Amino acid sequence: MIETRQLQFVYGAAPPLLFPDVTVPQGAVVLLSGPSGSGKSTWLALLAALVKPKHGALTVAGQDLRALSGRGADAWRARCIGFLPQKLYLSAALTVQHNLELAFWAAGLPGDTQRVRQVLAQLGVAELAQRLPSQLSGGQAQRVALARAVLMQPLLLLADEPTASLDDAAAQGAVQILVNAAQEYKATLVIATHDARVAQTVSACTAVVPILLHLSPAGSASALSMATGRLQA
Amino acid sequence: MSTLAYAWRYLWARPMAALLNVLLLSLGLGSMTFLLLVSHHVELAFDRDLAGIDVVVGAKGSPMQLILSGVLHLDVPPGNVPLAAVNALKKNPLVAEIIPISLGDNLQGYRIVGTSPSYLIHYQATLAQGRVWDAPMQVVLGATVARTLGLHLGQKFAGSHGLGAGGHTHGDQAYTVVGVLAPHGGVIDRLVMTDSASVWKVHEDAHALDDEDRQALEDEREVTMALVRYTSPLAAVTFPRWVNTTTEMQAAAPALEVTRLLHMLGLGTEVLRAFAGLLLFTAGLSVFIALWNAVRERRGDLALLRMLGAPASRIGLLLTAEALWLALVSALCGLALGQAFVLGLGWVLGLESQLMATGLLWPHTLWVVPALAALVALGAAVLPVWQAYQSDVLQLLQTKE
Repeated sequence: MIETRQLQFVYGAAPPLLFPDVTVPQGAVVLLSGPSGSGKSTWLALLAALVKPKHGALTVAGQDLRALSGRGADAWRARCIGFLPQKLYLSAALTVQHNLELAFWAAGLPGDTQRVRQVLAQLGVAELAQRLPSQLSGGQAQRVALARAVLMQPLLLLADEPTASLDDAAAQGAVQILVNAAQEYKATLVIATHDARVAQTVSACTAVVPILLHLSPAGSASALSMATGRLQA
Repeated sequence: MSTLAYAWRYLWARPMAALLNVLLLSLGLGSMTFLLLVSHHVELAFDRDLAGIDVVVGAKGSPMQLILSGVLHLDVPPGNVPLAAVNALKKNPLVAEIIPISLGDNLQGYRIVGTSPSYLIHYQATLAQGRVWDAPMQVVLGATVARTLGLHLGQKFAGSHGLGAGGHTHGDQAYTVVGVLAPHGGVIDRLVMTDSASVWKVHEDAHALDDEDRQALEDEREVTMALVRYTSPLAAVTFPRWVNTTTEMQAAAPALEVTRLLHMLGLGTEVLRAFAGLLLFTAGLSVFIALWNAVRERRGDLALLRMLGAPASRIGLLLTAEALWLALVSALCGLALGQAFVLGLGWVLGLESQLMATGLLWPHTLWVVPALAALVALGAAVLPVWQAYQSDVLQLLQTKE
């Protein structure tokens, strides 16, 4: 599903970020961890074809991401990537329903109201469809954002620090929902986190791939090393 | 939802900013609409009243005064000229038609114009009731006169001396209404028209002490001026000079005088136009700041749209659509405002059928208003859209909160 070889990314004048070679099977859960500045978000952005690597090979679901044009990358992202950012970015001006339909608009597709209702129902928040984001609790908002992420049935679901502001019970619940949703849609799940509780919660999953990024020895910039290759839990 | 629908929602998600922008843009566009409409109305009125009159011959003095008094009926005439001198003009081969105009009396402020029936034919006036005069002391009323004074066929009235209301009344000489014109839209709506001989008769009867006196007055009959139509446009080169040098009268070309008048008014409209331009510029700046802030506030939202697969161009389109919605709403408000101002001005000044035509007008020049609105909005959107294009999605998604 995900294959990287000698992946490098350069951010401005900073020393290059070097990433470990990984091979992730379809349907696995990837735990991406490392200190701030070690390149977690960059790795997610590389997978989402938002940025291109400086060197190295990057294949996701059989697609060589370096070969995509700008428009091609946009279309690929719309079709294959679901993204749950840490800050949820639900548009305050739009109802939950319309926030989700934005995903269709972004992909250049006609809005599918039926599909929106279905996904909201699956995540147990069907009754929130007509609410504004300001009328949602934190947990509700996260479910809505997750609904938006899985709406297009992505092959790859990327979650950035999904438990950062949650207490233990909520964190466990949130990760469980994420894992369930990924399983339901047969998506490979990548969770970027430095939260130990996430590892605990996903330990029950069949295929967990932990990737640990390190700061580079230079300090400010980062490099990596792959801590453990593939693990079977 | 479509791009337009999303843009509409985003626009009104910040209602105060949106309203302020609509207000500022509407004021600028409204002023522009007002100026365009007023100049259109004035030009229309001039065109209508001056149509077909090549030159006006009257007493020496200000040529503009001659046009304003004799054609537009807005000023007092510079004086009278002998009837014999005007009749002599008819012999000139360059002259196709002469319509005499005699001014001097009024009916409750409405001018009584002594003329010939050709005056009615010249303005293509149609009778709503009655007929054209066939004897002195019979009058045909303009539509506005008949309506406001409530006069109808067969009624008699006496004129007052002078061109404004309030002169002494020629009580012994009664005019009879024999016709009422249909509304025309031009200056003749506000005139009381009669035979030239009526005006002479009124004054000769008032001044003559005996028959001998009367004969003397008849020999000295005068008219105020004559409207002249040429046989050939080439006459414009020689005829006015001929009149000005060889007779004691002057010739004034309406087209020239009105151009001169509009030029003088033009200085005023230039200032107003600059003011409207300044308003529009301010509005554009405000729209720019609003969009700029909207892009800054929504950087995350916009980055997320990129993450959802929206090409940068579609996001640029979304912001542009927001600006165009503003332009559309403001253009509609501005046009409505401008039309309302013009109607209000006409009402306040009581200019009905004079300089302001009644009803709404849409001259071609008015298309400038929506075009300006779109231009200002698009101009204001350029930088914010460019900023949205440049935004670093990766960095935004790293923003923690």
